[in-house]
Amino acid sequence: MTTYAERADRSEFAGEVHVYEPHRIGLPPIGAYLKQLWLRREFALELARTNLRAAHYNTALGQLWLILNPLLLGLVYFALVEIIGRGNRGMDFLAHLLLALFAFRLVSTSIRQGARSVVGGGRLILNTAFPRTLLPLSSVLTAFMLFLPTLIVYAVVHGVAELPVTPEILWAVPIVAMLVIFAAGMSMLVAAVQVYFRDLSNFLPYALRIWLYSSPILYYAAQVPEKFKPVLLVNPMYPLLTSLGDAVNFGREPRPALLLAGLGWAVGAFVAGGLFFISREREFAVRL
Amino acid sequence: MSSLSVSRDSVAELAAPFAPATDWAVQVENLELTYRTTIEKKPTLKRTLVRLGRRKRIVRTIEAVRDVSFEVPHGRVLGIIGVNGAGKSTLLRTIAGILPPTSGRIEVHGRVSTLLALGVGFKGGLTGRDNVILGGLAAGLTREQLAAKYDEIAEFAELGDFIDMPMRTYSSGMYGRLAFSVAVNMDPDILLIDEALSVGDARFKQKSFDKMRALCAEARTILIVSHALKGIRELSDEVLWMHKGEIAMRGDPKTVIEAYKEFLDVRESDVADEDV
Repeated sequence: MTTYAERADRSEFAGEVHVYEPHRIGLPPIGAYLKQLWLRREFALELARTNLRAAHYNTALGQLWLILNPLLLGLVYFALVEIIGRGNRGMDFLAHLLLALFAFRLVSTSIRQGARSVVGGGRLILNTAFPRTLLPLSSVLTAFMLFLPTLIVYAVVHGVAELPVTPEILWAVPIVAMLVIFAAGMSMLVAAVQVYFRDLSNFLPYALRIWLYSSPILYYAAQVPEKFKPVLLVNPMYPLLTSLGDAVNFGREPRPALLLAGLGWAVGAFVAGGLFFISREREFAVRL
Repeated sequence: MSSLSVSRDSVAELAAPFAPATDWAVQVENLELTYRTTIEKKPTLKRTLVRLGRRKRIVRTIEAVRDVSFEVPHGRVLGIIGVNGAGKSTLLRTIAGILPPTSGRIEVHGRVSTLLALGVGFKGGLTGRDNVILGGLAAGLTREQLAAKYDEIAEFAELGDFIDMPMRTYSSGMYGRLAFSVAVNMDPDILLIDEALSVGDARFKQKSFDKMRALCAEARTILIVSHALKGIRELSDEVLWMHKGEIAMRGDPKTVIEAYKEFLDVRESDVADEDV
C-alpha cells in the first residue's frame, strides 16, 4: 500500500498509472502539477507559435506586421500627444513613449489573449487531461513573441534620438522578467474569471484603455499633478514602466524602491493568479 | 453489416483469453460525481447581479454518477449503454481524468487515449496538422512520438490536402474522421470512445469498425459509449447499462442489450440496431 502522496506523484496527468481521487483541498499536489506542466512546455510554445502564424495568415505583408503594428500604434499615439502638446516634444519623448507602450502592450496582450484562452480551448479541455495553466501561459508567450520585434523598432528610435547606451541598460532584463511574471499572473486570473463571468471580455478593452491612459506612457511620471499621485502609486505599471524607462531611456540605475514595488506586484500577481486558477481549473470542464 | 458478422467470440479469443484476469486496466470504486451548475448556459455578471437582487440562487446539483464500481481487465472491451443523460459520458471523462470525482476512487493502468466530444480541432483557424500536433502535445506526447505517428494519422483520416487547411473549412465528416484517426493511432493502452462508431460515410464507418476490431485483437482495453447497439454487441466482451447515474445491469452483451431494449420497448426494430 502506497501513501496518497506517492500515488499522486505518479498520477495526475501522465505516466502509466493514474489515480483519481477527490482533492482534500482545492489544490492538486503542486509538485506533480508543476512536473506535468514542465513536461508539456512544448505545447504552450507550439500553441503560441501557431496562434501568431494564424494571425497573419492570408495577409499580404505577413510577418512584417509584427514590426509594422507596434510602429504604427506608437506613431498614432505620438501624433496624438504632439497635437495636444502643440508639437514641442522631441525624439527622446518618442523613445520614452514607444518603450513604455511596448512594455504595456506585453502585459495587455497577455491579459486579452489570456481571457480567451480557457473559454476558447473548450474542445481540448473537454477531451484531454493536462494542466490548464498551459493555456494562459501560452498567451503570455504569444505576447512575448510579439514584444521581441518591437525591440528592433525601439532600438532604431533610441539611436536616432542619440540616447545614451550605458551598462545600466542591462537592468532591462530583470525588469522585463518582472513584467512577464506580472503578465502571467494577470493572464491566469482573467482566464479563470472569464469562465465564470463571460462579460469580462467585453469590459476588458475599456479597462485596459483606461489603464493605458493612467500609466506613465503618454506622459512622464514626473508630470503627473499632485492630486493624481495616489492613482499612480497604486498602479502596478508605474514602478515597472518607470524603472524600465530609467534603465533604457536614460541609462541610469532604477530606484530601488520602484524595483522592489515592481517585484512585489509581479510576484503577488503571479502567486494570486496562479493559485486562483489552479484551484479552479478542475471545474472548467463542467463550466464550459 | 453482414460482412462484419464474424462471431465476436472468435475475435475475443484472439485478443484476451477468457482466463481469470488478475490485473485491472481500469478500476472504479464507489465513484460519485455530482456537480453544481447554474441553469444559465452562459453565466454573466448582469444575470448574476439581477439574480442576487432578487435573492434567488439558481444552483442545481446534478448527480451524474452515483456509487458506481466496476473493473475492466486488460485487453477487454467494455460497452456502455444507456439513455441520454444516464451519466455515460461523465463516467468516461472521470476515467480520463478530466473531471474530478466527488468521492470514490479510480485507478487506471496504462496510457489513455480519448475520443470524447469529437474534438481534435479546438482551434478552427488552425490547420488539421497544427491541431493534431497541439492535441498530441497537450496529451503529453513528445514531438518525436508525434512525428512518428503523424503520417499514419493523416493517411487513415483520408483528408488529402485538407490536412493543411484551416479546420473551419472541414465538413463534419472530415472533422470526425480526423478525430477518430488521432484517437486510434496514438498507440493507447486504454482507449475511451464516446459515440464515435459512426463517423464519416459508410465506407469510413466500415473502416473505423475494422480498426476498432483490430485494436480489440491487439489486446487493448477499450471503453465504448454508444447508442449503436449492434456495434456494441459485436465489439464488447461485456456491457454496462447505466441508468440515472447508476449501474442498472452488467453482464454479457447479448443479455444486457436484450434487457435494455426491453426497457426501451423498442425490441428488434431496425432503428435501434442502426449505427446511429
